[in-house]
Amino acid sequence: MATEINKQLGDNIFLTKLDAAASWARANSLWPMPFATACCGIELMSTAASKHDLARFGCEVMRFSPRQCDLMIVAGRVVMKMLPVLQRIWLQMPEPKWCISMGACACTGGVFDTYAVVQGIDRFMPVDVYVPGCPPRPEQLIRSIIDLQEKIQSGGTVNAREFKLRILPEGPSRYDEDELLRIRERNGFKFEDPKYDPIH
Amino acid sequence: MPLELLESPDLDANKREGLWTLNFGPQHPATHTTLRLVLQLDGEIVVDAEPDIGFLHSGFEKLGEVLDFNQYVTIVDRMNYISPLANEIAWHHAVEKLLGIELTPRCIYIRTIFAELMRMHDHLLCLGACVLDLGGATAFMYALNARETIYEICERASGQRFHTSYTRVGGLLYDVTDDWVNMVRDFVRNFPKVYRDFSGLVMKNRIFVERTRDVGVLSREEAIAGGATGPIARASGVTRDLRRDEPYLAYDDFDFDVCASQGGDCYARFQVRMMEMLESVKIIQQAIDKLPKGPIFATDTGKTGMPDKTEVYRSIEGLIHHFESIMPNRQMQAPKESIYAATESPNGELGYYIVGDGSFRAYRARTRPPSLLHFALFPKLIRGCMLSDVVAVLGSINIIAAELDR
Amino acid sequence: MPNESTNSATGEIEAVQTRLAELLPWVALDWSQFRNQTRVICPAGDLLKCLIAFKAVGFDQLTDLTAVDLLEYGNVNDRFEVVYCLLNVDTGLRLIAKIYLNEPNLTIPSATSVWFGADWLEREVYDMYGILFTGHPNFKRLLLPQEFQSFPLRKDYPVKGRGERHNFPVITRAES
Repeated sequence: MATEINKQLGDNIFLTKLDAAASWARANSLWPMPFATACCGIELMSTAASKHDLARFGCEVMRFSPRQCDLMIVAGRVVMKMLPVLQRIWLQMPEPKWCISMGACACTGGVFDTYAVVQGIDRFMPVDVYVPGCPPRPEQLIRSIIDLQEKIQSGGTVNAREFKLRILPEGPSRYDEDELLRIRERNGFKFEDPKYDPIH
Repeated sequence: MPLELLESPDLDANKREGLWTLNFGPQHPATHTTLRLVLQLDGEIVVDAEPDIGFLHSGFEKLGEVLDFNQYVTIVDRMNYISPLANEIAWHHAVEKLLGIELTPRCIYIRTIFAELMRMHDHLLCLGACVLDLGGATAFMYALNARETIYEICERASGQRFHTSYTRVGGLLYDVTDDWVNMVRDFVRNFPKVYRDFSGLVMKNRIFVERTRDVGVLSREEAIAGGATGPIARASGVTRDLRRDEPYLAYDDFDFDVCASQGGDCYARFQVRMMEMLESVKIIQQAIDKLPKGPIFATDTGKTGMPDKTEVYRSIEGLIHHFESIMPNRQMQAPKESIYAATESPNGELGYYIVGDGSFRAYRARTRPPSLLHFALFPKLIRGCMLSDVVAVLGSINIIAAELDR
Repeated sequence: MPNESTNSATGEIEAVQTRLAELLPWVALDWSQFRNQTRVICPAGDLLKCLIAFKAVGFDQLTDLTAVDLLEYGNVNDRFEVVYCLLNVDTGLRLIAKIYLNEPNLTIPSATSVWFGADWLEREVYDMYGILFTGHPNFKRLLLPQEFQSFPLRKDYPVKGRGERHNFPVITRAES
């Protein structure tokens, strides 16, 4: 039957699944919401500017209103005071939506293992693609967007069923090992392990 | 003149009724990074503004007490991230003053060239991004294109294009090559053309001029008492430039002018930044012509300086030297003293107050960030202006959130 | 060249010292020098009078205001050191004024009436060290959230904090 149709209409009609067509459209018209907090934000600017030109990948329409966006790029470290803002903006974005965690600080806290910096945004919100580097080069960010496009194309559904299945937090547990040790120490637990040093 | 629009210019917010409160930020395109302003509006006129900062407070100064003088350079890098190397130079300038190290001439010259490149780097983004916020995307693209060349120069010297971590106590990570010298030469030769394009797009653009002239005026007295430094103070008529008044690095050897203006408004601040870029070109041209040969590490200070990397990999003496300069119990020890040392960073006076406690790490590493004092002046600048001027004033004082909050 | 500038700077500092002695005859200021930098230790009780006198002798800019926690410094009896970096914009002369504070009484007068640039610097010192400034127009935390309990730059506060950075709700895919 397909050959019969082809004979009559030539290349004017494609047959595909609705899911695949919708995912293709989504993947190639991402509207990023640049949540740029620090150094990575400047690299994000470089990526969007003339030399690296993000427009080649259908991802250049930066919108600062979360209501218009479907891709959040968290560029830079997120600290205690900023995390509620980030979560609120994430909740304001309409489905379907994706998140790129750009740079070491957004992924893990990076060099800032201090009292104020959240040790990876994935502890508190979902993340699709992690980009390493401090800050990542523009090429790396472009690579991550290509990866995300592949991910959207391969896994997307029209009613976003795959998101509904993920009801558990995706990031590491809330307390890392050091944190647990410190809590025990406060409760009067004595340390025998010489490797443990609360400051370093 | 926005002030004339007010019938009675009584700007005391408590005495006025029917004011609107507008929240601006922390996630707003014109804040570039993360600032929050709570504006009190009377119609479209800003009656009062209260900045709320700390959305990027990451504990830099606490880390400065944990990491040693060489390690902390990776952290200061991330402070003013639109001119990373300027922070490194300021930090090691202070550390070397505390330890009493005399740098070699080649190291001084390379640092001077980088300091001036960073000044251009910073001003280009500051101007470009502000023009973008005021509605002109073209100049931003031109500015970022010139910045890419500076990134390449940084990458050639240090291996990293953004956060170079290039300076070390008493020296530099690597020596520069002739290739690098040619790159810098090319850049400064081509820069006047870039400058002409950019300046034509910005400084003579009628929309830009009208949106920045007579907006956010800062008087000389306010600039001094409020602690303003750098281009912002110079635009208000304070002709103070640490490069000339407290010469550090090699600035004594060069012929350059201190750019200043009497206007005190946003346009004057942009003008000063534009003129400073040309002065930087002048300094770099002189420095690159006179670039001395020789070692990059101070040698007379015993085991302070790190040896050249090639020496570490190729000779046992170099390896031992490297070991001695890395191991905590063998490093040089800072005196039990405190010191304040400042450099003229692109944004103003970037100072460090370091307390040494007899080890190779700072007991207290205080940064004196120019952005903090400049942003504290913001309510004074914006009172009586229009809501749309908030963006122009924010852009003109060039607030870098990481430096502001540390 | 360096000698010349040092000599002139020494002369200026001596002039400042004599003028301060005239203005504040009852205050014992402790002067010292390190790498051409002049430091002066003021008695905490007369701080505001000292600051006004410093402004009167020409230090018209407060470059920096910070504090140091001396808990682990060794060989000191005081807990906190508050540092005022002053600058005479016209002559370029710098002066670093210090006072010492101890635990129960961490209150000093605010310098905002002398240099209004002290506003945020004092709020930051309070934020980081818990030192209180009386007479400040808008005194609250500057950088950290208002509900934050500790003073993080004190030496008895761990670098990694006390778990504040983990104290947030988690959003999963299904909830967002």
